[in-house]
Amino acid sequence: MNPERPPNGVLLEVHNISLAFGGVKAIEDVSFDIRDGEIRAIIGPNGAGKSSMLNVINGFYHPQQGSITYKGETRSQMKPHHAASRGIARTFQNIALFKGMSTLDNIMTGRNTLMKKNVIWQALYYGPARNEELKHREFAEHIIDFLEIQAIRKTPVGRLPYGMQKRVELGRALAAEPDLLLLDEPMAGMNVEEKEDMCRFVLDVNEEFATTIALIEHDMGVVMDISDRVVVLDYGKKIADGTPDEVRGNQGVIDAYLGVSHE
Amino acid sequence: MFYREAGQFKTSYIADQSILPIAQDRVFVFGFMAVAFLGVPWFIDSYWANAIFVPFLAYALAAIGLNLLTGYCGQVSLGTGGFMAVGAFATFKLITLFPDLNLIIVILLSGAITAAVGVLFGIPSLRIKGFYLAVATLAAQFFLVWLFNKVGWFFNYSPTGQITMPSVEMFGVLVTGPSASPAARYLFCLGFVVLFALAAKNIVRGRVGRSWMAIRDMDIAAELIGIRPLAAKLSAFAVSSFYIGMAGALYFGVWLGSAEPIEAFGVEQSFLVLFMIIIGGLGSILGSVLGAAFMTLMPIFLKNFMVDGLAVEVVTAKHVEITLMGVLIVFFLIVEPHGLARMWQILKEKLRLWPFPY
Repeated sequence: MNPERPPNGVLLEVHNISLAFGGVKAIEDVSFDIRDGEIRAIIGPNGAGKSSMLNVINGFYHPQQGSITYKGETRSQMKPHHAASRGIARTFQNIALFKGMSTLDNIMTGRNTLMKKNVIWQALYYGPARNEELKHREFAEHIIDFLEIQAIRKTPVGRLPYGMQKRVELGRALAAEPDLLLLDEPMAGMNVEEKEDMCRFVLDVNEEFATTIALIEHDMGVVMDISDRVVVLDYGKKIADGTPDEVRGNQGVIDAYLGVSHE
Repeated sequence: MFYREAGQFKTSYIADQSILPIAQDRVFVFGFMAVAFLGVPWFIDSYWANAIFVPFLAYALAAIGLNLLTGYCGQVSLGTGGFMAVGAFATFKLITLFPDLNLIIVILLSGAITAAVGVLFGIPSLRIKGFYLAVATLAAQFFLVWLFNKVGWFFNYSPTGQITMPSVEMFGVLVTGPSASPAARYLFCLGFVVLFALAAKNIVRGRVGRSWMAIRDMDIAAELIGIRPLAAKLSAFAVSSFYIGMAGALYFGVWLGSAEPIEAFGVEQSFLVLFMIIIGGLGSILGSVLGAAFMTLMPIFLKNFMVDGLAVEVVTAKHVEITLMGVLIVFFLIVEPHGLARMWQILKEKLRLWPFPY
């Protein structure tokens, strides 16, 4: 929906990815690209392989075939921590926060890959280790301000309501200062107001932090409103790829969502 | 009413991140430390040192170590007794091989050796979790004790199989051996525990501690945000074993003086330290110390109460004491499953409002 944005280079490209669990083919020969600075939606009916696709991108699943080009570097597999340190962060469909830790600690954990001081410095907690901690605390506070969660800074996240947990999870992903942010159903289970808040945050992240975003979402209104381009998966295959308007008119997509009569 | 933080504003992140952010806590803890360091040594006698303070301090250090691994990193271990044995035997070997080495360095080195052994036995944790890991560490427990019992080199081929701590001086004062004064032994242990409790607190509020807790709470998410499970779990095993090794060194060197592996470092020790952290509170440094205090002081209190107060026979009292300990453990766990540390926290929250209900 941002036609004024100039066309950018490609940040991530997946080529002919196939992923199978035993005999179940989760993804078959899917290729698409994500351009620098865009909001890219991945949609499709349940079981289409959307979450699996995200898991492939950030290295949690290893595809049997195909390769991924990220920032000009092509590889067929990536370790999750490697992907994280290269600037890919994500949130999860079912909230995967660290429930025993406070909001602040969860967000600080997101900055783990950026912190370097070893355990002996940490034990002293003086000089370099403390300075490092304070520097990152400042950034964490920046994110807390951005997401408007100051009041729950020290609350254990297990006690927070669902919508807040989703927000904290976004904060944890943002803390890593990612270049590519993968959001797995960020608005699932939210009411209209919470969805609007979350949409606003996603758009702001995209603009203020210049973060490229790939999101999975079932709410078509949201997808059509905020995304620049949409890729549609069905039964592990790509059936459409283009701007929201192109996808909306695509017969294959309509069939996949509404079903086809077999007369 | 007496415990209010109203009006105490934090103007820097340093102040906000301090261990004791509330002034009343600071006064209480510093007062407590002053009594522990300056008051207790004046009246401590050999009964108080041998029966209460020194074992309590040694166990507190072991409990902190196990809590780092189990409470913070979520890796259940039943090998504590075995790792304490490693610390004790390392101290014995080092002190007999290099009699001139400073005792503090000997104990730190024993901790380091235990850390290496701990990492070795922590490798299975990369594949197995929960109860299965507990059984794997149980293997470490039995293997280590067997090793120290069988291989003569470890106990210098002494005919009884026992190891005996020689008398060692620190700053011109004997701290180990039969003729060391109770106050010196107490202060030596107290110094270690306070220093390393502080270090543990620092570790758990920093990057390393957060990566452990992340692994404990949601290991898959932790991996996806860039925490390497290998590094996090093995560092937890290393640091935890370092503490437990030092605890073993104090337990053998300063408290027992002489030890025999099966009796002193059996699987009961592993369970005892595990009970301490469960009762004290998993994932709490304060809880480790409170748990150690409960498990070492309560039996003595019960015994004294029954023998002196109710004039029960000593043998009967012993049996009743064991039963009562079991009952108390169950009672405490039902009342507060998150342990004494949580109770302490609730008490503080109540004190904020007391005597007004809202």
